[in-house]
Amino acid sequence: MKLGKVIGRVVSSTKVESFEGLKLLLVQPIDEKLNAYGEPIVTVDTIQSNTGQIIYYETSKEASMVLDKIMNPCDAAIVGIVDEINLETQS
Amino acid sequence: MILGKVIGNIISTERAIGYGGRTILIIQPIEPSGTFKGKTFLAVDTVQAGVGDTVITVEEGGSATTAIKEPDTHTVKTVIVGIVDHIYH
Repeated sequence: MKLGKVIGRVVSSTKVESFEGLKLLLVQPIDEKLNAYGEPIVTVDTIQSNTGQIIYYETSKEASMVLDKIMNPCDAAIVGIVDEINLETQS
Repeated sequence: MILGKVIGNIISTERAIGYGGRTILIIQPIEPSGTFKGKTFLAVDTVQAGVGDTVITVEEGGSATTAIKEPDTHTVKTVIVGIVDHIYH
């Protein structure tokens, strides 16, 4: 489960049937200090996240379980919106 | 299962199914000697771990669900399953 920032939305009309009606958001992986790393990924959103929000996402089969139709090929899903990040002061 | 150190937590009111009401901690993977190694990740706590603890984490859905032992948590994949007292290596 990793931190990310929603940076956009992906529209796809021709897709697998189980993706019908789903919101596909573009997420930039970030670390706990909000620095971006790696390439943006496409995730499924079920909790109405918006562009600019800091979220956390899960990958692989468990990600697809957030959807009603669990037999779907999704492998990355937003599972929560971050309100606050508390870091231990580096000792 | 991998070793990690809890370096913080996140507060989040808006969550997907299966994540409700559980503490989510920020984990820094470590080598057995304790030196930090690799990118941090988030994990659902199931053993009341706190910031500064060294912990054992699992990153696999089936195991995660057995750690939480509650219905509809099959969306959870990364959990803390133990607090480390000592590492002999």
